[in-house]
Amino acid sequence: MSAADAVIRMQDVRMVFTSVDGDRFTAVDGLNLDVGSGDIVAIVGKTGCGKSTTFNLLLGLDPPTSGSVTLLGHDPYREFDFFRSKLGVIFQTDRLLPWRTALENARVGLEILGYGDREQNDVARHWLHKLELQGFEDAYPHELSGGMRQRVGMARAFCLSPEIFFADEAFGHLDQSTARRLREIFLDLVTESRKTCLLITHNIHEALEIGSRLVILGKPGRVLADMETPTNATRAELAELEDRVLDIIENNQAVR
Amino acid sequence: METGAARTGGPPAHPRGAWRSRAGAVLSARKEPIISFLVILAGWQTLSFFLPPYLVPGVTVIVAAFIEIVTSLSLLGDAFTTMGRIFLGLVLAFVSGAVLGVFMGLTHTVEKYTLPVLHFIMGIPALSWVVFAIIWFSHVETRIAFILLAGCLPNYALIIHDGIKSISKEYLDMLRAMRPTRNQLLTKLVLPGMIPAVLTAWKVNLGLAARVVIVAELVGTTRGVGNKLLLAQELFEMPKAIAWTLVLVAFLLITQLVILTLEHKLLRWRPAKQGGMAT
Repeated sequence: MSAADAVIRMQDVRMVFTSVDGDRFTAVDGLNLDVGSGDIVAIVGKTGCGKSTTFNLLLGLDPPTSGSVTLLGHDPYREFDFFRSKLGVIFQTDRLLPWRTALENARVGLEILGYGDREQNDVARHWLHKLELQGFEDAYPHELSGGMRQRVGMARAFCLSPEIFFADEAFGHLDQSTARRLREIFLDLVTESRKTCLLITHNIHEALEIGSRLVILGKPGRVLADMETPTNATRAELAELEDRVLDIIENNQAVR
Repeated sequence: METGAARTGGPPAHPRGAWRSRAGAVLSARKEPIISFLVILAGWQTLSFFLPPYLVPGVTVIVAAFIEIVTSLSLLGDAFTTMGRIFLGLVLAFVSGAVLGVFMGLTHTVEKYTLPVLHFIMGIPALSWVVFAIIWFSHVETRIAFILLAGCLPNYALIIHDGIKSISKEYLDMLRAMRPTRNQLLTKLVLPGMIPAVLTAWKVNLGLAARVVIVAELVGTTRGVGNKLLLAQELFEMPKAIAWTLVLVAFLLITQLVILTLEHKLLRWRPAKQGGMAT
């Protein structure tokens, strides 16, 4: 993939943290990743493989120690403001502001963009309805179930019509049936929008189900394997693939 | 008559009856504090039979003194003077304390320089401030405002600083991913996030200010509850001393109620409190 084609590009990214005592800890160690326009890529890896660090680097919240991160050809940390409304993020926990109702939470990004009151509410309502939350617009987060709160968080991301979607363990803490239902809704909406999507998860099954491409991270964060996800695989084939992915993660060795 | 209306959410069939039953419900829910105060009153009254009235005056005498205060324009003026001083001092302390608290919460450098100083100031007794104020200022109102400012500003700043510090970084990252301006971060995250701390600070400081202002009023004032307490002490008028104290306590309780109502309105997004340890 050429640099021009890549929507997300990470080149030799290293992230080293230094503790107060001077101890150094490498969270990401030479990570290379290219994601093309419209791709839905799932990243899996063990706990502590630098997934969340990678996530913060991609969002431009932290700069890498070395290497480069570019999204849409721009540096998300140095060109921070370029990314207004361009990133739609769904976090592990809903991160809804507790003092805002569902509607007010969903529209917070539009407020930041300076949309008019009416437009904010119309767009936010549209997405809340799409996520089956009609009737709960005025509910405060503590009045909603975990699954509903996560859907408000999804509405908040979709409201922005972003260029790239990021999801960090977005369905990880929900019960299996809720998680599956939300995954389906999310995948439908992302596919419909034809936007690029990067999904970080520790659930291999989820990664295979949602992504068109699977990237396996080792510990510390680097790419062990990068593969296409079969579209019409049988149950047995999927189970076999899941085992293979698990082996790669366990061995922590890059495979060609 | 059918009383199902209340059950189905419509207006009650007998509004007066409903009122009476509601009053009854409030009374039975509040019966413990009422009993506590009745016991204290009875104990006091009993004591007054055995001790001289200039030490322990009877309840009726105290009530009469209280009524005299709240029905006299001039005496009420004294009460309002004190309340005005408390209010003005608190507003001054709040505005400056909030600005300082916000700066401390948002800027690490400001935090490092000011936090130890504020903790040091917190250790200075109110009485020391009274002495300093008398030496530094000749104008009575300036003295009182200074004493309240010195006593309450650190509290406001520290509690609000703490409130801002306790806002989760997760919210900050969530908003920063959307690229807000500094002002937007302030209005969408910091200010709403610090409201619980602001309310707590007001509750804490109100009690503190009421105690401090009385001490401040003991010196050089011609009006105010502190001045009237001093007069009562000089003339050995126990009923008046108690009555003035009650006026101040009543003011405090009413203001606390206003803050609680405000809190109920502003913090309705908070889940209802779970039961504590008491069984």
